Amino acid sequence: MRYWTTRRRDVLTGYLFIAPQLAGVLLFVLIPVGLAIWYSLNKWNVFTGKQVFVGADHYAALASDPQLPSVLLATVVFSGGVVVLNITLGLLIAVLLNRQFRGATFFRTLFFSPVVVSVVAWTLVWGFLLQDNGGINGLLHAIGVDGPNWLQHGDTAMLSVIVSQVVRSVGVNMVLFLAALQGVPSELYEAARIDGARSRSIFARITLPLISPTVLLTAIITVVGALQSFAQIAVLTGGGPELSTTVLVYYVFQQAFEFNNIGYGSTLALMLLSFVMVLTLLQWQLRRKWVFHEQ
Amino acid sequence: MAALAVLAIPFAVPTIWMVAASIKPLPEIFKAPPSLWTEHPTLAAYGEAFTFQPFARQYVNSVYIAVLVTLITLLVSSMAGYAFARIRFPGANALFLVVLTGLLVPSEVTIVPLFQVFKRAGLINTHWPLILVTAFGAPCVLASFIMRQFFIALPAELEEAGRLDGLGRPGIWWRICLPLARPALSAVAILTFLASWNLYLEPTVYLTSPELFTLPQALTRFTDAYGADMWNTQLAAATMTVLPVLIVFVIAQRQFVEGLAHSGLK
Repeated sequence: MRYWTTRRRDVLTGYLFIAPQLAGVLLFVLIPVGLAIWYSLNKWNVFTGKQVFVGADHYAALASDPQLPSVLLATVVFSGGVVVLNITLGLLIAVLLNRQFRGATFFRTLFFSPVVVSVVAWTLVWGFLLQDNGGINGLLHAIGVDGPNWLQHGDTAMLSVIVSQVVRSVGVNMVLFLAALQGVPSELYEAARIDGARSRSIFARITLPLISPTVLLTAIITVVGALQSFAQIAVLTGGGPELSTTVLVYYVFQQAFEFNNIGYGSTLALMLLSFVMVLTLLQWQLRRKWVFHEQ
Repeated sequence: MAALAVLAIPFAVPTIWMVAASIKPLPEIFKAPPSLWTEHPTLAAYGEAFTFQPFARQYVNSVYIAVLVTLITLLVSSMAGYAFARIRFPGANALFLVVLTGLLVPSEVTIVPLFQVFKRAGLINTHWPLILVTAFGAPCVLASFIMRQFFIALPAELEEAGRLDGLGRPGIWWRICLPLARPALSAVAILTFLASWNLYLEPTVYLTSPELFTLPQALTRFTDAYGADMWNTQLAAATMTVLPVLIVFVIAQRQFVEGLAHSGLK
């Protein structure tokens, strides 16, 4: 018998085919996570480059970091604001588009278009329009409203980053919701209409319960995306004014790359990782339960 | 329709305004009341974008990095996706789970240790980190996942036929399965190209020389000696960054929508 049977050859091909991807994950995902854990247990001297093992010191520092509560609050407000606005707007647009009418494709393309626009370019334009003497206040002035200096006050700066982020990314959720809406059997609608149900109660009693798995899964992914929004905040507000829009991902960047606190920055990065991991695993678990909305 | 038209304003106006303002003379940009029209259109800001920074070079950087990353990812992910979907080998399930961890870990987390690694390897202020991490790391994992989902649904008879024709595994993958996978490949190509094209944190962290910058990073550097934004130049540069992609999107919008919807499925 020859050694290289089809089966053996197949097994070898399998390993060779996955090797580049596996190596990529090891080198650029798993080993870095291991290194981040190691770094979080050490302290660097920026000038000498020497490192000292400090054990859980950086984890203890989380509790005494005077800025962290404000950072976490901003993270919750930002992610919460993004998910609520994104899901509401995404559903609203999807419901409005889910009827046969001329121009539906045009509107779908339009609502989706910011998704393909570079985040930085999009955010720059919003920053331009949100200047005190910019386009948005100009339009408000034309209708007799005195707009605030959006990016210079904590609350309006937060509102600005939330809205610009949602408008840029809601297109993806809109498409997912449209697919879910088209999956609702039309007989259900006809039956409800024969029973004399009004469209609002049809939406609340039939549509929403049937697409709720999609809505929940999408909401989780949207939060995960919001937790990773770096460019939007870096370009629009730089985390300010004060700390008002400094969310966790931006704080990680500042600590690790602006203040060169590699150990503490790694600790914060691992905190961000734990949030993202918990949410993503939850999403995978739930999706396994409700696979019916995918092919 | 009326509701849709009102909702569409924040989606359409920023892009239109960007283009309109980029051809206005500077004094008109913040004129009140705001208007999209100008009596004196000028391309001066476009010229300035190229003289103020090595913008042509930066443009080439972004294009070549995105194209290279896309090609590598197409190859790596279609191989891995095919093997995980169609070839039975010991440990396949466990190894697939290892690969999937790539979807759990944000690049904003790994960049902290990776910066130290690339620094030690002497690769800071080169394009290598931007190419390697995107082409083999997390974005590629999503691509492998998409490819696997596609290949799993292919009927086994196609492979049987290939085998009878005397093709080995690599031949079956290349000659039979890849040509059928065009929809999945184009989804992966669009996702990966845009992921690379839009990278901002990575270039900000890894690159310091303007002639190595990519477009998103370059866009934020149009500031005068006092740190004030050079709005019209910035908007002209942003227009040049955005318009080509938008035009391709409008032409191939179905592929884009389907491709990018995958990123929302994870």
